[in-house]
Amino acid sequence: MYLCAKFQDCKIKKVSKMVFNKQFLKNSLTALIVAVPLISFANSTQDSVHGGEEAYHTAKLEKHGEQHETAHEASPAEKINDHISHHLQDAHEFVFFSDEATDEHFGFPLPVILFDNGLKVFSSAKFNHGESVAEADGNYYKLFHGKIYKTDAAGELTFDEHHHPSNAMPLDFSITKNVVSLLLTSLLIFLLFTSLAKGFKKKGPNALPTGFNRVLEPLVIYVRDEIARPNIGEAKYKKFMPYLLTVFFLIWTLNLLGLTPLGINVTGNIAVTVCLALFTFVITQFSANKEYWGHIFWMPGVPVPMKIVLAPIEILGMFTKPFSLLIRLFANITAGHTVVMGLLAIIFVGKAQLGVSGSIGTSLLLTLFISVIELLVAFLQAFIFTMLSSLFIGMAVQEHEHDHHHDHSHGHDKHHTEDPEIPVI
Amino acid sequence: MDKLINDFSYGLFFWQAIILVILIILLAKFAWKPILASLAAREEGITNAIAAAELARQEMQNLKAQNEVILQEARAERDAMMKEAREIKEQIIADAKNEAQLQGDKLIEAAKASIASEKNIAIAELKNQVSTLSVAIAEKLLKTELSNKEAQNNLVEKMLEDVKLN
Repeated sequence: MYLCAKFQDCKIKKVSKMVFNKQFLKNSLTALIVAVPLISFANSTQDSVHGGEEAYHTAKLEKHGEQHETAHEASPAEKINDHISHHLQDAHEFVFFSDEATDEHFGFPLPVILFDNGLKVFSSAKFNHGESVAEADGNYYKLFHGKIYKTDAAGELTFDEHHHPSNAMPLDFSITKNVVSLLLTSLLIFLLFTSLAKGFKKKGPNALPTGFNRVLEPLVIYVRDEIARPNIGEAKYKKFMPYLLTVFFLIWTLNLLGLTPLGINVTGNIAVTVCLALFTFVITQFSANKEYWGHIFWMPGVPVPMKIVLAPIEILGMFTKPFSLLIRLFANITAGHTVVMGLLAIIFVGKAQLGVSGSIGTSLLLTLFISVIELLVAFLQAFIFTMLSSLFIGMAVQEHEHDHHHDHSHGHDKHHTEDPEIPVI
Repeated sequence: MDKLINDFSYGLFFWQAIILVILIILLAKFAWKPILASLAAREEGITNAIAAAELARQEMQNLKAQNEVILQEARAERDAMMKEAREIKEQIIADAKNEAQLQGDKLIEAAKASIASEKNIAIAELKNQVSTLSVAIAEKLLKTELSNKEAQNNLVEKMLEDVKLN
C-alpha cells in the first residue's frame, strides 16, 4: 500500500513541482509501475492486514489494546480505523513503514524532551515503539497512544472509565515527527526562496529567473497582487508581506508533503493550526487602528441600543474569525488524509467482495481521484488561510474615511454594504 | 471536541510558534525583502521604460511635425524663389526687347535720314549735271540753229511768245 501511495505521489510531485530530474522521475515511475502489482499481490497472499506504512502501527495499537480490553483479534476495519487515527496524530518517532509479521519498524527515533522536575532528554528509541518503559534520571515514562505518561518501573497505567490513562503527564516538548517535518519544510522553503533572492541579486531585477525560481516568482507575485494588495490596501500591505508569504508557502508545502507517503500530517494537527491562527489573531489585534476598535465596541452610525447589542457580537467576532481559520485548515486536511487512507484501505477491506485486482483497481482509481482533489485542496487551504488572514488584517488597518462624512442612516447602510464578505469554505 | 482538546499538544504548539517566528524573521531578511524589492524595482523599471518609450514616441512625433513644417517652409521658399526668378527673367527679356526696338528704330531713323540727305545730294548733283548738259546741248543746238536767219527769227518769236505767256 505504501508503494501504491508512492506511485501516486510521484504523479502528484510531477504535477506540482518539477524539481525532479526528468530521467530519474521516468526511471522511478517505471520501476514503481512494474513493482506495484508484484508487491500488492505478494501482500494479498498473506491473510493479514499489512501493506507498508499503513499497517505499521496497528500491531502496536493492538498490544496496547490488549492491556485494557479483552484480548480479541481486531478485524481489518478496526485496524484500519486505528491506523488512520494513529496517522493523524503526532508521533515521537519517524517511522516510514513497518512489517507487522516480524514486528520490524523502518524509521528513526527522535529526541524526547520532558519537563518533569527538571529537563529530561532521551531518545525515543527507549520507548521501543511504546513497548518498553523509558527511564530517565530515576523517572519512568511510558508511551501510550502517542502521549507520554509518568509511570513506575513496571509500566503500569491506570485507566479511567473512558479508557484514558489517569497517570500524570510530564510537560512534553519533544522534537516529534511534526516538529521534524516542520523544521525540514522550513529549511526547504528557506533554501528555495533564498535561492530566488540570490538569483535576483546576481542577475539584477530585470533578468528573468531561471529553473525552479521561474515557478516561485509568479507565486510570490500572486500572493502580493491577489491576496495582500486587494485585501489590506496599497498603503499598508508591505508590512504584512513577510508573514503572509511565509504562512502561505509553509501551509502549502506542508499540505503537499502531507500527500506524500512520508506519512506526515502537520497542517492536520490542531496545535499547528491553533498556532497559525493565533499569529493571525495577534497580528490583527496589534496592527488594528482606532476605527477597528471603534467598530467593535461602539459601532458608528447605529442607534445606541444597537451599539450595545452589537458590541458583544463584534467582540465574539474577533475570536470567531481566527477560530474559523484554525478549524477550517485542520478539518480540511484531516478529512483529506482520512479519505485518502480510507480509500487505500479498500484494497484490504474490499478484497473479499471485489477480488484482489478489483479492490486494487478500485482503490487506486478512487485514491487517484481524491488525490487530485487533495492537490487542489492543498493549494486552496493555503490560499484561503492567507487570504482570510490578509482580509482580517485589512479590516483592522483600513481607513473608513468616507464612512464618517455621511449622515446617520446613510452611514449605517454604507457600512454594511462595505463590509467585505467573508467567503465560507 | 473532547478529542480535539485531548489531541492538543503544547510541545508541538511551542515548537511551531518558535519555528514560525524564526522562519518569518529569516525569510523576511534573506528572501522576502530582496525578492519584493527586486520585483518592485523591476516593475518600476518597466513603468519607467514604458513612460520613456511614450516620451520618445511623442518626441519623435514632435520632431516629425517640426520636420514637416520645416520642409513645408523650405518648399514655399523654393517656390517663391522660383517665381521671383521667373519674373526677373521675364522682366529682363521684356527690357531687352524694348531696348532692341528702340535701338532698331533709332538705326532705321538714322538710315532714313542719311538716305534722304544722300538722295538730296544726288538730286542736286543730277540737277547740276542736267543743267550743264542742257546748256551744252542748247549751245550746240543754238550753234546749229543760228546759222540760218529765218530759224533765228522763228526762235526769237517763239521765245517772245513764251515770255508773253508767262
